[in-house]
Amino acid sequence: MNKQMTAAEVVAQLEDGMTIGIGGWGPRRKPMALVREILRSNLKDLTIVAYGGAEVGMLCAAGKVKKVVFAFVSLDFIPLEPYFRQARQSGSIEVMEIDEGMMLLGLRAASWGIPFIPTEVGLGTDVINRNPDIKVIDSPYDDKEWVAMPALKLDVSLIHADRADVRGVCQIAGPDIYMDDWFARAASKTFVSCDELVDTAYFHDPAQARLVHWERSATTGVVPIPGGAHPSSCTPLYGFDIPHFKAYAASAKEETGFQGYCEKFLGASEEEYQNNVGGLDAIRNIELPTY
Amino acid sequence: MTAATDYTLAELCIVAASQAFANEGEVLATGIGVVPRLAASLAMKTSNPDLMMTDSEAWMLSEPNPLGQRPDDFVPAIESWMGFSRIFDNVWSGKRHAMLGPTQIDKFGQSNTSALGGTYEKPKTMMLGARGFPGNSISHPNSFFIPAHNTRVFMDGECDFVSSIGYNPARLPKGHSLDDVDIRLVITNLCVMDFGGPDHQIRLVSLHPGVTAEEVQENTGYPVHIPAEVPVTTAPTEEQLAVIAAMDPHNQRAYQIKDNPPGVRS
Repeated sequence: MNKQMTAAEVVAQLEDGMTIGIGGWGPRRKPMALVREILRSNLKDLTIVAYGGAEVGMLCAAGKVKKVVFAFVSLDFIPLEPYFRQARQSGSIEVMEIDEGMMLLGLRAASWGIPFIPTEVGLGTDVINRNPDIKVIDSPYDDKEWVAMPALKLDVSLIHADRADVRGVCQIAGPDIYMDDWFARAASKTFVSCDELVDTAYFHDPAQARLVHWERSATTGVVPIPGGAHPSSCTPLYGFDIPHFKAYAASAKEETGFQGYCEKFLGASEEEYQNNVGGLDAIRNIELPTY
Repeated sequence: MTAATDYTLAELCIVAASQAFANEGEVLATGIGVVPRLAASLAMKTSNPDLMMTDSEAWMLSEPNPLGQRPDDFVPAIESWMGFSRIFDNVWSGKRHAMLGPTQIDKFGQSNTSALGGTYEKPKTMMLGARGFPGNSISHPNSFFIPAHNTRVFMDGECDFVSSIGYNPARLPKGHSLDDVDIRLVITNLCVMDFGGPDHQIRLVSLHPGVTAEEVQENTGYPVHIPAEVPVTTAPTEEQLAVIAAMDPHNQRAYQIKDNPPGVRS
């Protein structure tokens, strides 16, 4: 089966009101080119589930978001995501604020087709008090109460991988897969952008196959977009673009705001975007972060 | 061991904070921020070589990495993979001690990393979010580092958003006891505290040189339990300062407490 498609074809499969999971973590390995294609679309009322970075802020600023399911939204070296902050402080979005680990459990429950996973996490805190939909239940086995973390079922997940073949075998070669395997499994459809499209034979080397973290049946579509994680990182191919993120954060304080950012960078296509940020070579030359 | 006479307040805090990890045995020490990370690194290099640490990205290290840019030929002492999903397996096993810097800490030891003021639906100031605080606080011991001890951090009343569970009887989950909550040290620019007072009241453990108990109380929005005898926070040794300097070659610690004051007030 050939699953190769374009970013526009991915967005054509999305609908208003969908729940969309986005892989990566903060400023790391986000499917930004797919997010940019959503920014160019008429989609609205989305529920976004993410270990959030700039993609959450951008979608909020563009008026695409009804609700965010999050544990944090951060650019790491810029701790507070400027446009997510504006959206929260203006009361324009609904939220389901949970613990990072609760999100992992919710994705696992959705992946496994079970309604919830019991956990201690959240007890005694406002992630329970502020989320009446998250129930605390008695255990059939002990006298304690437990959080019943509900399945976070996703209509669609968007993920960026280092490499993929057209059949949907996706490789993440960087140091961390984050929760991307669970995002892939928790969604009805998973679309993966990749920096490099490879032949299936590439994975005949066990060392390469070992870096494939979910089976191809969990991948609906593959979109080759070299540099497609920019301005987030795709270690080891490129780091995150610190000057770009600074310009993005600064735009939130300017009168033209996010619209000004889009006019300067977004363009009508990914090709235009990459030209606006200095080209693919410049992206691939961005230094890897030091932690 | 030679006690140093010339050290900064940040270095004093790093040494005091490293005590949190000294007797923990073989657990993952997670220090978020420069002072907590150096505290964990110092403990691993001196008082507790059994500690585990990550590179703050995805690898477990058998030797902590120095902070900041490292030479091109630097080889980190990687011993295993430790991506974020495995971190949660570790967190829920309880074999971890985290040291973090929340925006608010109330009299129950509950902390806030999420939102300040306004309403929850429309907060005046949105911050990070709950992050991993709910899970950390109910799964394993935690300590706090606060670089500016004042009544905005240690505020009157309850946190605007409770990110981490504390010693609050009103929020105690069924089947749990307050003793299940395990908040260890609170290190600030003024003192070291814990929640070892009567009924888990916050308690003064030591005062940094030249700081008075009255000053700590004035800068804390709720009563601090002050024992009859409060020692002065132990000064770093020359050996400890040498380890800290090697772990922080770019002197990032100089930017962690306002104006980088000396450890002994003049």
